[in-house]
Amino acid sequence: MKAKYDVTKHALVPKHAKASEKEKKDLLESYNITLHQLPRILKSDPAIDHLDAEEGDVIRITRASPTAGETVFYRRVING
Amino acid sequence: MHKDLEDYDGKLPGKMLQELEEKCPAGKLKKAAKRLYEEYLAVKVDSGESVGVVAAESIGEPSTQMTLNTFHFAGAAEMNVTMGLPRVVEILDGRKEIKTPMMEIFLKAPYNKGKDIKEIALALKETTFGELVTEFNLNVVDLKIDVKLDTERMKQLSITTATVVKSLEKGIKGATVKGEGSDLVLKLKGGEDKGLNELYKLKENVRKIYISGIKGIAQVLPVRRHEEFIIITAGSNMKKVLELDFVDAMRTTTNDVQEISEVLGIEAARQAALNEVIRVFEAQGIDVDIRHLMLVVDTMTVSGTVKGVTRYGVISEKSSVLARASFETPILHIIEAALVGESDELNSVVENVMLNQPVPIGTGLPGLVAKIDKEKLEHGETK
Repeated sequence: MKAKYDVTKHALVPKHAKASEKEKKDLLESYNITLHQLPRILKSDPAIDHLDAEEGDVIRITRASPTAGETVFYRRVING
Repeated sequence: MHKDLEDYDGKLPGKMLQELEEKCPAGKLKKAAKRLYEEYLAVKVDSGESVGVVAAESIGEPSTQMTLNTFHFAGAAEMNVTMGLPRVVEILDGRKEIKTPMMEIFLKAPYNKGKDIKEIALALKETTFGELVTEFNLNVVDLKIDVKLDTERMKQLSITTATVVKSLEKGIKGATVKGEGSDLVLKLKGGEDKGLNELYKLKENVRKIYISGIKGIAQVLPVRRHEEFIIITAGSNMKKVLELDFVDAMRTTTNDVQEISEVLGIEAARQAALNEVIRVFEAQGIDVDIRHLMLVVDTMTVSGTVKGVTRYGVISEKSSVLARASFETPILHIIEAALVGESDELNSVVENVMLNQPVPIGTGLPGLVAKIDKEKLEHGETK
């Protein structure tokens, strides 16, 4: 059943977007980490429903931060 | 952005760059930005800093102050809400069932200006059959219950006797329902082998049958806040409330972090947990740097679901057996690890403390890498 309300428009939900392959590679290189070390987000998460994300994708989240104005956070998609 | 600042894009936080551009005369921008960048690097947290322990102490110390001055509200004007330390513990533990779930329901125009506010509030509240009844009469001879309905109450909620009968028929088994006007008759099916006991049970069961409103909303309170009307509720059902068309689905929230995680996703839950903790601290006049709290809520949400800071939550995510064992129930953890043959990489702090080794914090973090000339080494000419 499709919900009537739009989750992405809610005040608590920051902007979610799928990161491109290049962005993903740059990210992992700049922090010298593997994909496995990124924080996770469930594939069934309501906020990424509209992105059709697959396991292994990286989601770029642009948060409003009280200390830095705006910060970018990354999560990898896991099944669940 | 000014061209002198472009070099620092990505190196300095956007908020700082913006403020600098606004307040600094254009001619001095380059010099100021350079200076700012130096200062920024100097105040950044060093790598190897044990931020977790610092956060724990920074939250823990003020929390002990809090328990001593817990407020007690008198009167029924405000709803009873868990505040103070119990609330902080509840949030950080990531509890599934919180003590006082509560929603703040924002309304769309024109309802937010007070139109039909009472009706809307009443329609939200979960109404059970028991609330619509003025009188139950148990008739033991005929094995039936005569019910007198509260017609005034029903009119307020715009419920008809027919809808009540329908909901009752759906909700109860083993009895027939007949009703007209303000009178209802519930008759036990089967007869002979049943008695007062069954009749009494039926009466108690029928009280709890859901008739109208939103399940879980136990109390409603319309209030005025900043020139607009909102509805505060005791009890929470985010999903159902957001689906209503007079509700502003952009701002309506609940204080149940787990519920937010289910309805709005993990990022919203992170923000909600942060807001809730800040709210408790602020109400008590306690000043905790938000960075500590952000670290905690980030840790709670790394796994994609909200995990509490307990041995079942965040601690169970630790990769080191010894670190887990050092928190709570050590023997259990060690036995379990032994059964599956788990190994410990000794990458973190606690396990190295246990083994009397330098911990990877601060100066213990970097290792020395030296390039040694093999030939010279063999001739004993090392420097």
